Amino acid sequence: MPRRTDLRSILLLGSGPIVIGQACEFDYSGVQALKALREEGYRTILLNSNPATIMTDAEWADRTYIEPITVEAAERILAVERPDAVLPTLGGQTALNLAVRLAKEGVLARYGTQLIGAQLDAIEKAEDRQRFKDTMTAIGVDVPKSGVARSLDDVVRYGGELGFPLILRPSFTLGGLGGGIAYNRDELQDIGARALSYSPVHEVLIEESVLGWKEFELEVMRDNKDNVVIICSIENVDPMGVHTGDSITVAPQQTLSDVEYQHMRDLARKVIRAIGVETGGSNIQFGVNPRDGRIVVIEMNPRVSRSSALASKATGFPIARIAAKLAVGYTLDEIQNDITKSTPSSFEPAIDYCVVKIPRFNFEKFPHADRTLTTSMKSVGEVMSIGRTFSQALQKALRSLENGTAGLASPLGRDGPRAPYTAQDEARIRSQVKTATPDRIFWVAEAYRAGLSTQELTQLSAIDPWFLREIEALVQAEEEIARAPRGAAIPDLVQWKRLGFSDKRLARLTRRSESEVTRQREAQKLHPVFKRVDTCAAEFEANTPYLYSSYEDEDEVRPDARKKVLILGSGPNRIGQGVEFDYCCVQASFALREAGFETLMVNCNPETVSTDYDTSDRLYFEPLTLEDVVEIARVEKPIGAIVQFGGQTPLKLAQGLLDAGIKILGTSVEAIDAAEDRERFARVVEDLRLLQPENGVAHSRDEALATAQRIGYPVMVRPSFVLGGRAMQVVHDDEGLTTYATEAVEASEERPILIDRFLKDAIEVDVDCVGDGERYVVCGVMEHIEEAGIHSGDSACCLPPFSLDARTIEEISRQAMALARHLRVVGLMNVQFAVQGGRIYILEANPRASRTVPFVGKATGIPWAKVAALCAVGKSLADQRIDKTFVPKHLSVKEAVFPFHRFSRADTILGPEMRSTGEVMGIDDSFARAFAKAQIAAGNGLPVRGKVFISVRDEDKAGIVDLARRLVACSFEIVATSGTARYLREKGVPATPVLKVAEGRPHIVDKIIDGEISLVFNTTSGKQAIADSYSIRRETLMHGIPYFTALTSCRAAVAAIEALQQGPLTVKALQDYQAAK
Amino acid sequence: MKKATLALASGDVFEGFACGASGEAAGEVVFNTSHTGYQEILTDPSYAGQIVTFTVAELGNYGVHHGDEQAPVPQVPGFVARRVCREPSNWRSDEPFLAWLTGHGVVGIEGVDTRRLVRVLRSAGAQQGIIDSSGSSAQALVEKARKLPGMEGQDLATKVSTRTAYEWNEGVLGRKPEPARHDVVVVDYGVKRGILRQLVDTGFRVTVVPSQTKASDILARKPAGVVLSNGPGDPAAVTGADRQAAELLGKVPVLGICLGHQILSLAVGGKTYKLKFGHRGANHPVRDLVGNSIDMTSQNHGFSTEEASVRGKAIVTHRNLYDGTVEGIAVPEARMFAVQYHPEDSPGPHDSRYLFRRFLQMIER
Repeated sequence: MPRRTDLRSILLLGSGPIVIGQACEFDYSGVQALKALREEGYRTILLNSNPATIMTDAEWADRTYIEPITVEAAERILAVERPDAVLPTLGGQTALNLAVRLAKEGVLARYGTQLIGAQLDAIEKAEDRQRFKDTMTAIGVDVPKSGVARSLDDVVRYGGELGFPLILRPSFTLGGLGGGIAYNRDELQDIGARALSYSPVHEVLIEESVLGWKEFELEVMRDNKDNVVIICSIENVDPMGVHTGDSITVAPQQTLSDVEYQHMRDLARKVIRAIGVETGGSNIQFGVNPRDGRIVVIEMNPRVSRSSALASKATGFPIARIAAKLAVGYTLDEIQNDITKSTPSSFEPAIDYCVVKIPRFNFEKFPHADRTLTTSMKSVGEVMSIGRTFSQALQKALRSLENGTAGLASPLGRDGPRAPYTAQDEARIRSQVKTATPDRIFWVAEAYRAGLSTQELTQLSAIDPWFLREIEALVQAEEEIARAPRGAAIPDLVQWKRLGFSDKRLARLTRRSESEVTRQREAQKLHPVFKRVDTCAAEFEANTPYLYSSYEDEDEVRPDARKKVLILGSGPNRIGQGVEFDYCCVQASFALREAGFETLMVNCNPETVSTDYDTSDRLYFEPLTLEDVVEIARVEKPIGAIVQFGGQTPLKLAQGLLDAGIKILGTSVEAIDAAEDRERFARVVEDLRLLQPENGVAHSRDEALATAQRIGYPVMVRPSFVLGGRAMQVVHDDEGLTTYATEAVEASEERPILIDRFLKDAIEVDVDCVGDGERYVVCGVMEHIEEAGIHSGDSACCLPPFSLDARTIEEISRQAMALARHLRVVGLMNVQFAVQGGRIYILEANPRASRTVPFVGKATGIPWAKVAALCAVGKSLADQRIDKTFVPKHLSVKEAVFPFHRFSRADTILGPEMRSTGEVMGIDDSFARAFAKAQIAAGNGLPVRGKVFISVRDEDKAGIVDLARRLVACSFEIVATSGTARYLREKGVPATPVLKVAEGRPHIVDKIIDGEISLVFNTTSGKQAIADSYSIRRETLMHGIPYFTALTSCRAAVAAIEALQQGPLTVKALQDYQAAK
Repeated sequence: MKKATLALASGDVFEGFACGASGEAAGEVVFNTSHTGYQEILTDPSYAGQIVTFTVAELGNYGVHHGDEQAPVPQVPGFVARRVCREPSNWRSDEPFLAWLTGHGVVGIEGVDTRRLVRVLRSAGAQQGIIDSSGSSAQALVEKARKLPGMEGQDLATKVSTRTAYEWNEGVLGRKPEPARHDVVVVDYGVKRGILRQLVDTGFRVTVVPSQTKASDILARKPAGVVLSNGPGDPAAVTGADRQAAELLGKVPVLGICLGHQILSLAVGGKTYKLKFGHRGANHPVRDLVGNSIDMTSQNHGFSTEEASVRGKAIVTHRNLYDGTVEGIAVPEARMFAVQYHPEDSPGPHDSRYLFRRFLQMIER
């Protein structure tokens, strides 16, 4: 059936901010869908609150609404745009949940629109645990024994019936949020209560444990003629009990025979039909008992997912694009396979390589969090790699992680020749292999080094012996490699390269430098060839521009003589380096393609738009290491590489690339160094007669103490080379500094710590600017809402500034451009300033695209990364008609989104170490309303009535009075701890005192739990005070109560509440804001 | 590891390592893109005389399970792989893959850039080739490969067929068959056990007869239906097969599978031809023009029915969506239908098993 002609316009629901469990894979799927729908001539409307996405660039949809993803906002959009249909299956769980509410609350009916892709009934059948189970039972598909609990009593009762351990799965949450594994009654009660509160429908599935079973996923597509195909099978290396998002996974599946696999395939077809997903992609998870092959269905996602993004990248089959086309009426056979151009999409991809995905974690940011992996997802990103064999792919994936390992690094430092292990070592190894943590795979390798058997490791880890033996083989190879004589060439190098060993790992194993290994390899003319990903294992001709390296015979790249630019991506998402950088890389690629260059993208993050095979002229799905990138350049011979868009990852490679003879386009390596090297940068600031907070470098504890004395406390301390404020702290006294310099960071000659005067109560300002080497323009000036000292990535900010005066803004802009000019920046640069008492301080400058570039782009309507990319290839700003800063009339507020609820025991108080995973944007005509929108979008929606709990530190007391008074005027009731309450009453503001936790009961936490409090203002400082008030913040978070932990953001919140009381929020498309330019 | 060489008549040479039995293997080099099912593939008599290249990256992972084979022993002279697993991991595994192949004298080569090989076969067509680990020069092997006879004109079906008739009564493993209601005779041109098992499951008592069995002898058994099986080689070369098949038509319901489909195409007066590199895999989309559904099919054939040649003599019921080739024909009035692909899968998707029920319905109508 051809496309539906009864539809003309379609609203696509996005997935909102990047959070754990829902990352930029939905930018990828959304972009594909928008492209596909537009190709078909539909008018597209988009709702997404996340400015860091490509999909929210105004060019992708006809109408783009950067608004909170709520029923209210969606209803207003439906009222304005009157779309014929709503497509909810490409925006993750967020979009699906919104669709369910829109349908159930009658909103869709009210505006005469319909869901396409999946109907309400199918969504509920898949998502509602009881209905899913009933449906499976009805069609004779085996599921784990379970009960659906709606109260804690149910939880306990089912728990008793099923026996421990038990799996708890809340309904309608994403990434297994709120779920877990209970091994005893206490844990069952704890997790049960949490799971019930996290499930929007207060429902949790208590499930028989299939811990230790093998886990598989099938990516299934169905069209409206009931044709069903399996796009990809994925096998989890980690067994059941570890969330699939946290598991190392492999595609295609490796350990099932045809008989078993086809049985699973049959089940998948039955499931998708019974659930009734009419069109599109679904993901079905299976557990397989390794002892008898019993297969149970665990769950199904009636939408595209993180796994479908992975499956798309793993096979070359664009699931989201096809899902969008199926949703508007096409059948699979009517859609051409883009890759072969000659065959239809109704087929199952055949692949002739192995794909390995490894999740990326950020536990170092949450030191108190439990590192054990369970059914609730904790990873923040992932890498994927493609190799011709599993071992190649595994080793590539390991080095893609950028965690300092270049292979199976030994956690006990035994890289190299065989060394003895003590009984204590072995005990530690056993316990590390038994517990699933991010490092388990390295411990498995260590176990083999220590001589443990596959049989024992299987028992300990429940990892399939096939995977274990692959690791064993690599460990054996490492032992042989380590026997290479020192000073002589490494024997059998070709064999090791074919096993996937990096030069760096070989160097470490044979105790020589990486460049020595590289030189040997080059002397032996050992280079990888590049193979194509083509969906069909070479059965048909394909010119897919999608390549990966392998040490084999035939090279399939046929580089042409066009002018090529190599763009280095940003690797796995992590806190501090997320989708914003992918956004910049993608814009750069588009700009350079439009300008007639051939673009070559290198990246290893499967969630991204940059790794879509048609984003660039050619995609190299490869690790972002010097070795891998140099090999690509060797074959392609680009005019140069662009390193300024992918965050720190490519920047770190710049010098090495230059040494390998690859030109760096844009800002020079020399300039990068001048900005990153503290001492050089200090001289630059001095030359320009600008101001830096007093600072110093300390190589030891004593030096640190002396420096701090000179500068005066409080000081800001950090290690010398950091990303996202890693290990950054504000220290108030000698004691704190001593602890920091000895325990936390261990200052040393090689790794000094940096000490800055901490600018108290300063306003922080972010500036992005762009230049062509001669002329410089400020892209945007952003005033932070939280004061300096809170990491810029975690702070809310507003463009244009909402409180700074024009002269200050002008001066800040002048300074930023002066810096850029002095450093001879070509492309983008971000500068952070602090304004304190009328003085402007420079905090730091990064001569690369920053996290804020997409936000500034949305706010100003100018694609700054595109502008910068063209500058980098020599097109001047004048040629691009960029001559001055554009200051929009509307206000744009960016707010950060945090993963605190994923990590039990994490404190929500903000500091210099970045911990947010994503961001949202609120746009409106006033700051207060834009801020209100940003808060709603961040899941921190402000109340318009109720009780506010206020507890502030002494220095904030004066500032809070006015805010409290205004809240009372808004008919809020104030509840405060005794000190704050007394102070407020002295100032004539009525406030009811409430007990602190240490003061007896009922105390404030009781009131929070009882739902009495609708808003929390809590500022605090000092170790003890922070510890004392921790439970307030934690319970506030767990109960979903909006909270603010800085006086400045409290102030913004009050303004927003006042604005909300004046009238409901409205919606406006980005295109309308930008047209007002 | 011992080095081995694969030489093609085209002159292309591939280096790798010997695995499986040692020695030399000669045959037509073809490739299969299925991710699973190596045991079924290597024991499928349709591959007689062929060296099978597996495009899947890792081979042998789940070992060998006695019961999954399609004939008592492997049927191929040799195989080509990128990487082969020594120690399998699967609860059903009875034996490691290589141990099994070595025991049955199958010569293998691994470590080959199989993707390059497939690309050669795709553009130059399926080729005669030799795997050798004795150290012969590449040039000598190429010369030798060039002298090997091609598939065209080779009657391999007669060679692999059973010599004597026998009865088969095992259904699909782990399933309860329908009670037997009808007798069916299967003419064995190299029949896969998957076909026999499906027939038993569907409710047939199965007798397998040699490929040279005369139509009159078959009819003398008074079967409710006759199945012409799959098999290797050139359909046009199978001695007397088309004539015998023609004699059956109209007298008894007939189902043809793969080579059986080609023989029936010849029997109605059509022609067959050799495909450039054949269809071998588990992901080929085929449209059932009768039911209008699309099935993922298991495929293994090097020859195909020329569509124009059967026009007016049979109706085309199935079509391959990859290249538009004929995948099924029927002569309803003669109660005959046939498919080019494998409804018995083994290995491959189970989407087309309904064709056995369709055969049953045709008989009972």
